[in-house]
Amino acid sequence: MILVGVKIMPRKEVLDSQGRATMKTLGHHEIALNDCRVGKYVELKFDKETKEEALSKSKEIAELILFNPLVETFELEVKEL
Amino acid sequence: MIGVVRFLGTNCDQDIWKAVESSGKTPSWLWYQDQFNYKDYESIIIPGGFSYGDYVRTGALAAKTPVMDSVREAAKYGVPIMGICNGFQILCESGLLPGVLVKNNNLRFIDKWVELKGENSCESWGGKMQSCNLPIAHGEGCFFTHEEELKQIEDQQQVWLRYKENPNGSLNDIAGVMNKEKNVAGLMPHPERALFDWMGGSDGAKFF
Repeated sequence: MILVGVKIMPRKEVLDSQGRATMKTLGHHEIALNDCRVGKYVELKFDKETKEEALSKSKEIAELILFNPLVETFELEVKEL
Repeated sequence: MIGVVRFLGTNCDQDIWKAVESSGKTPSWLWYQDQFNYKDYESIIIPGGFSYGDYVRTGALAAKTPVMDSVREAAKYGVPIMGICNGFQILCESGLLPGVLVKNNNLRFIDKWVELKGENSCESWGGKMQSCNLPIAHGEGCFFTHEEELKQIEDQQQVWLRYKENPNGSLNDIAGVMNKEKNVAGLMPHPERALFDWMGGSDGAKFF
Protein backbone atom coordinates (compact mmCIF):
# COMPACT_ATOMS: atom_id res chain seq x y z
CA MET A 1 0.00 0.00 0.00
CA ILE A 2 1.20 3.46 -0.82
CA LEU A 3 0.30 6.57 1.10
CA VAL A 4 0.79 9.93 -0.52
CA GLY A 5 0.73 13.06 1.59
CA VAL A 6 -0.30 16.30 -0.09
CA LYS A 7 0.92 19.41 1.68
CA ILE A 8 -0.96 22.55 0.62
CA MET A 9 0.33 25.95 1.69
CA PRO A 10 -0.93 29.48 1.07
CA ARG A 11 1.28 31.45 -1.32
CA LYS A 12 3.61 33.95 0.29
CA GLU A 13 1.93 36.92 -1.43
CA VAL A 14 -1.52 35.92 -0.13
CA LEU A 15 -2.69 36.97 3.31
CA ASP A 16 -2.68 33.79 5.41
CA SER A 17 -5.43 34.69 7.86
CA GLN A 18 -5.10 31.48 9.91
CA GLY A 19 -1.36 31.95 10.23
CA ARG A 20 -1.79 35.59 11.22
CA ALA A 21 -4.42 34.77 13.85
CA THR A 22 -2.29 31.92 15.25
CA MET A 23 0.79 34.13 15.46
CA LYS A 24 -1.20 36.86 17.19
CA THR A 25 -2.50 34.40 19.79
CA LEU A 26 1.02 33.04 20.35
CA GLY A 27 2.03 36.66 20.91
CA HIS A 28 -0.43 36.84 23.82
CA HIS A 29 1.60 33.96 25.34
CA GLU A 30 4.76 35.97 24.81
CA ILE A 31 5.95 33.60 22.11
CA ALA A 32 7.46 35.77 19.41
CA LEU A 33 7.87 34.35 15.92
CA ASN A 34 9.21 35.63 12.66
CA ASP A 35 6.31 34.07 10.75
CA CYS A 36 3.63 31.43 11.09
CA ARG A 37 1.80 29.93 8.14
CA VAL A 38 -1.10 27.48 8.24
CA GLY A 39 -1.82 25.06 5.42
CA LYS A 40 -3.53 21.70 4.91
CA TYR A 41 -2.34 18.13 4.79
CA VAL A 42 -4.26 15.49 2.84
CA GLU A 43 -3.47 11.75 2.92
CA LEU A 44 -4.32 9.64 -0.11
CA LYS A 45 -4.07 5.84 0.15
CA PHE A 46 -3.55 3.63 -2.89
CA ASP A 47 -3.98 -0.17 -2.84
CA LYS A 48 -2.54 -1.47 -6.10
CA GLU A 49 -0.66 1.38 -7.71
CA THR A 50 3.11 1.53 -8.03
CA LYS A 51 4.87 4.45 -6.41
CA GLU A 52 5.02 6.30 -9.74
CA GLU A 53 1.35 5.68 -10.50
CA ALA A 54 0.32 6.81 -7.02
CA LEU A 55 2.35 9.99 -7.41
CA SER A 56 0.94 10.83 -10.79
CA LYS A 57 -2.65 10.18 -9.62
CA SER A 58 -2.07 12.32 -6.54
CA LYS A 59 -0.81 15.16 -8.68
CA GLU A 60 -3.94 14.85 -10.80
CA ILE A 61 -6.17 14.90 -7.68
CA ALA A 62 -4.33 17.90 -6.24
CA GLU A 63 -4.75 19.83 -9.46
CA LEU A 64 -8.40 18.83 -9.87
CA ILE A 65 -9.61 19.74 -6.39
CA LEU A 66 -7.11 20.05 -3.56
CA PHE A 67 -5.32 23.27 -4.43
CA ASN A 68 -5.95 26.52 -6.29
CA PRO A 69 -2.79 27.73 -8.03
CA LEU A 70 -3.81 31.39 -7.64
CA VAL A 71 -3.49 31.27 -3.87
CA GLU A 72 -1.78 27.99 -2.93
CA THR A 73 1.14 25.69 -3.68
CA PHE A 74 1.38 21.95 -3.05
CA GLU A 75 4.04 19.32 -2.45
CA LEU A 76 3.74 15.54 -2.52
CA GLU A 77 5.48 13.03 -0.29
CA VAL A 78 5.32 9.24 -0.57
CA LYS A 79 5.31 6.69 2.21
CA GLU A 80 5.32 2.99 1.38
CA LEU A 81 3.32 0.97 3.88
CA MET B 1 -37.16 28.68 -18.13
CA ILE B 2 -34.45 29.81 -15.69
CA GLY B 3 -32.39 27.04 -14.10
CA VAL B 4 -31.66 27.53 -10.39
CA VAL B 5 -28.80 25.29 -9.30
CA ARG B 6 -28.80 23.71 -5.85
CA PHE B 7 -25.96 21.97 -4.05
CA LEU B 8 -25.78 20.47 -0.57
CA GLY B 9 -25.53 23.60 1.55
CA THR B 10 -27.04 26.12 -0.88
CA ASN B 11 -29.31 28.38 1.19
CA CYS B 12 -30.38 31.32 -0.98
CA ASP B 13 -32.27 29.08 -3.41
CA GLN B 14 -35.79 30.03 -2.28
CA ASP B 15 -34.93 33.74 -2.48
CA ILE B 16 -33.70 33.29 -6.05
CA TRP B 17 -36.83 31.32 -6.94
CA LYS B 18 -39.01 34.20 -5.69
CA ALA B 19 -36.83 36.79 -7.42
CA VAL B 20 -37.16 34.96 -10.76
CA GLU B 21 -40.92 34.58 -10.27
CA SER B 22 -41.34 38.24 -9.41
CA SER B 23 -39.54 39.18 -12.62
CA GLY B 24 -42.26 37.28 -14.50
CA LYS B 25 -40.07 34.32 -15.51
CA THR B 26 -40.33 30.63 -14.70
CA PRO B 27 -37.71 29.11 -12.39
CA SER B 28 -36.80 25.44 -12.42
CA TRP B 29 -34.59 23.56 -9.95
CA LEU B 30 -31.35 21.94 -11.04
CA TRP B 31 -29.88 19.45 -8.54
CA TYR B 32 -26.09 19.06 -8.26
CA GLN B 33 -26.25 15.52 -9.63
CA ASP B 34 -28.29 16.57 -12.68
CA GLN B 35 -26.98 16.99 -16.17
CA PHE B 36 -29.11 19.07 -18.51
CA ASN B 37 -29.44 20.22 -22.09
CA TYR B 38 -28.45 23.87 -22.34
CA LYS B 39 -31.13 24.41 -25.01
CA ASP B 40 -33.84 23.91 -22.36
CA TYR B 41 -32.77 26.99 -20.34
CA GLU B 42 -32.78 30.67 -21.24
CA SER B 43 -30.40 31.32 -18.36
CA ILE B 44 -28.91 29.73 -15.24
CA ILE B 45 -28.50 31.18 -11.74
CA ILE B 46 -26.23 29.73 -9.05
CA PRO B 47 -27.48 31.00 -5.67
CA GLY B 48 -25.45 31.70 -2.56
CA GLY B 49 -24.97 29.62 0.54
CA PHE B 50 -22.31 27.29 1.88
CA SER B 51 -22.05 24.48 -0.64
CA TYR B 52 -20.31 21.46 0.92
CA GLY B 53 -19.88 23.48 4.11
CA ASP B 54 -17.09 25.43 2.36
CA TYR B 55 -14.87 22.32 2.70
CA VAL B 56 -11.44 22.41 0.99
CA ARG B 57 -12.04 25.96 -0.36
CA THR B 58 -15.28 27.87 -0.87
CA GLY B 59 -16.95 26.53 -4.01
CA ALA B 60 -14.17 24.02 -4.76
CA LEU B 61 -16.20 20.82 -4.39
CA ALA B 62 -19.38 22.22 -5.96
CA ALA B 63 -17.31 23.26 -8.99
CA LYS B 64 -16.56 19.59 -9.75
CA THR B 65 -20.12 18.22 -9.65
CA PRO B 66 -22.05 16.80 -12.65
CA VAL B 67 -24.36 19.82 -12.91
CA MET B 68 -21.33 22.09 -13.36
CA ASP B 69 -20.22 20.04 -16.40
CA SER B 70 -23.56 21.02 -17.97
CA VAL B 71 -23.16 24.64 -16.79
CA ARG B 72 -19.73 24.74 -18.48
CA GLU B 73 -21.29 23.37 -21.66
CA ALA B 74 -24.11 25.97 -21.46
CA ALA B 75 -21.54 28.75 -20.94
CA LYS B 76 -19.72 27.62 -24.07
CA TYR B 77 -22.91 28.05 -26.10
CA GLY B 78 -23.56 31.55 -24.75
CA VAL B 79 -26.30 30.78 -22.20
CA PRO B 80 -26.33 33.61 -19.61
CA ILE B 81 -25.09 32.38 -16.22
CA MET B 82 -25.03 34.37 -12.98
CA GLY B 83 -23.44 33.28 -9.70
CA ILE B 84 -24.25 35.14 -6.51
CA CYS B 85 -21.98 35.02 -3.44
CA ASN B 86 -21.17 31.30 -3.08
CA GLY B 87 -22.37 30.98 -6.68
CA PHE B 88 -19.68 33.48 -7.67
CA GLN B 89 -17.09 31.48 -5.72
CA ILE B 90 -18.22 28.30 -7.52
CA LEU B 91 -17.93 29.96 -10.96
CA CYS B 92 -14.36 31.09 -10.14
CA GLU B 93 -13.41 27.62 -8.90
CA SER B 94 -14.92 26.02 -11.99
CA GLY B 95 -12.77 28.17 -14.25
CA LEU B 96 -15.75 29.97 -15.82
CA LEU B 97 -14.74 33.25 -14.21
CA PRO B 98 -11.23 34.55 -13.51
CA GLY B 99 -9.78 34.94 -10.03
CA VAL B 100 -10.70 33.50 -6.68
CA LEU B 101 -12.50 34.75 -3.54
CA VAL B 102 -10.42 34.57 -0.37
CA LYS B 103 -11.02 35.52 3.25
CA ASN B 104 -12.02 39.14 3.89
CA ASN B 105 -8.93 41.14 4.84
CA ASN B 106 -10.40 42.05 8.25
CA LEU B 107 -10.91 38.27 8.86
CA ARG B 108 -14.57 38.85 9.70
CA PHE B 109 -17.87 37.78 8.21
CA ILE B 110 -19.33 41.02 6.86
CA ASP B 111 -23.08 41.52 6.73
CA LYS B 112 -24.17 44.98 5.64
CA TRP B 113 -25.49 47.14 2.80
CA VAL B 114 -22.91 48.47 0.35
CA GLU B 115 -22.90 51.04 -2.42
CA LEU B 116 -21.82 49.75 -5.82
CA LYS B 117 -20.86 51.33 -9.08
CA GLY B 118 -21.63 49.61 -12.38
CA GLU B 119 -18.38 49.49 -14.33
CA ASN B 120 -18.99 47.58 -17.56
CA SER B 121 -22.38 46.58 -18.87
CA CYS B 122 -23.53 42.94 -18.66
CA GLU B 123 -26.29 42.68 -21.24
CA SER B 124 -27.42 39.28 -19.96
CA TRP B 125 -28.05 40.48 -16.41
CA GLY B 126 -29.61 43.92 -16.32
CA GLY B 127 -27.49 45.88 -18.79
CA LYS B 128 -25.62 48.98 -17.69
CA MET B 129 -25.88 49.45 -13.95
CA GLN B 130 -25.49 52.93 -12.55
CA SER B 131 -24.90 52.99 -8.83
CA CYS B 132 -26.89 50.63 -6.66
CA ASN B 133 -27.27 49.61 -3.02
CA LEU B 134 -27.20 45.91 -2.24
CA PRO B 135 -26.55 43.81 0.87
CA ILE B 136 -23.42 41.67 1.24
CA ALA B 137 -23.06 38.72 3.62
CA HIS B 138 -19.80 36.82 3.29
CA GLY B 139 -16.63 35.70 5.01
CA GLU B 140 -14.69 34.99 1.81
CA GLY B 141 -15.44 37.85 -0.56
CA CYS B 142 -12.01 39.30 -1.17
CA PHE B 143 -11.43 39.09 -4.91
CA PHE B 144 -7.87 38.02 -5.69
CA THR B 145 -5.84 37.09 -8.73
CA HIS B 146 -2.29 37.54 -9.99
CA GLU B 147 -1.20 40.84 -11.48
CA GLU B 148 -1.24 39.67 -15.06
CA GLU B 149 -4.80 38.35 -14.90
CA LEU B 150 -6.00 41.46 -13.07
CA LYS B 151 -4.64 43.59 -15.88
CA GLN B 152 -6.36 41.35 -18.40
CA ILE B 153 -9.69 41.63 -16.54
CA GLU B 154 -9.42 45.42 -16.59
CA ASP B 155 -8.20 45.65 -20.20
CA GLN B 156 -10.93 43.35 -21.48
CA GLN B 157 -13.57 45.30 -19.56
CA GLN B 158 -14.61 42.31 -17.50
CA VAL B 159 -15.20 44.25 -14.28
CA TRP B 160 -18.96 44.30 -13.77
CA LEU B 161 -19.35 46.03 -10.40
CA ARG B 162 -17.06 47.85 -7.98
CA TYR B 163 -17.55 48.74 -4.33
CA LYS B 164 -17.60 52.48 -3.73
CA GLU B 165 -16.05 51.75 -0.34
CA ASN B 166 -14.09 48.49 -0.32
CA PRO B 167 -15.41 46.33 2.57
CA ASN B 168 -13.23 43.22 2.21
CA GLY B 169 -9.90 44.00 0.55
CA SER B 170 -10.94 42.98 -2.98
CA LEU B 171 -8.36 43.94 -5.60
CA ASN B 172 -9.38 47.07 -7.52
CA ASP B 173 -12.58 47.21 -5.39
CA ILE B 174 -14.05 44.42 -7.53
CA ALA B 175 -17.51 43.22 -6.40
CA GLY B 176 -18.46 41.43 -9.61
CA VAL B 177 -16.74 40.18 -12.77
CA MET B 178 -17.69 38.69 -16.13
CA ASN B 179 -15.99 36.25 -18.47
CA LYS B 180 -14.47 37.57 -21.67
CA GLU B 181 -17.62 36.76 -23.65
CA LYS B 182 -19.77 38.56 -20.99
CA ASN B 183 -22.37 35.77 -20.73
CA VAL B 184 -21.05 34.49 -17.38
CA ALA B 185 -21.12 36.91 -14.46
CA GLY B 186 -20.57 36.65 -10.73
CA LEU B 187 -21.08 39.06 -7.84
CA MET B 188 -20.65 38.92 -4.08
CA PRO B 189 -23.64 41.19 -3.17
CA HIS B 190 -27.14 39.67 -3.01
CA PRO B 191 -29.56 41.32 -5.48
CA GLU B 192 -32.26 38.81 -4.49
CA ARG B 193 -32.31 40.34 -1.01
CA ALA B 194 -33.14 43.79 -2.39
CA LEU B 195 -36.19 43.40 -4.62
CA PHE B 196 -38.75 45.65 -2.93
CA ASP B 197 -38.59 48.76 -0.77
CA TRP B 198 -39.83 46.83 2.27
CA MET B 199 -36.62 44.74 2.02
CA GLY B 200 -34.59 47.90 2.52
CA GLY B 201 -34.14 48.71 -1.15
CA SER B 202 -35.21 47.57 -4.60
CA ASP B 203 -32.03 47.97 -6.65
CA GLY B 204 -31.64 44.19 -6.90
CA ALA B 205 -34.74 43.80 -9.06
CA LYS B 206 -32.97 44.96 -12.21
CA PHE B 207 -30.57 42.01 -12.04
CA PHE B 208 -33.37 39.54 -12.77
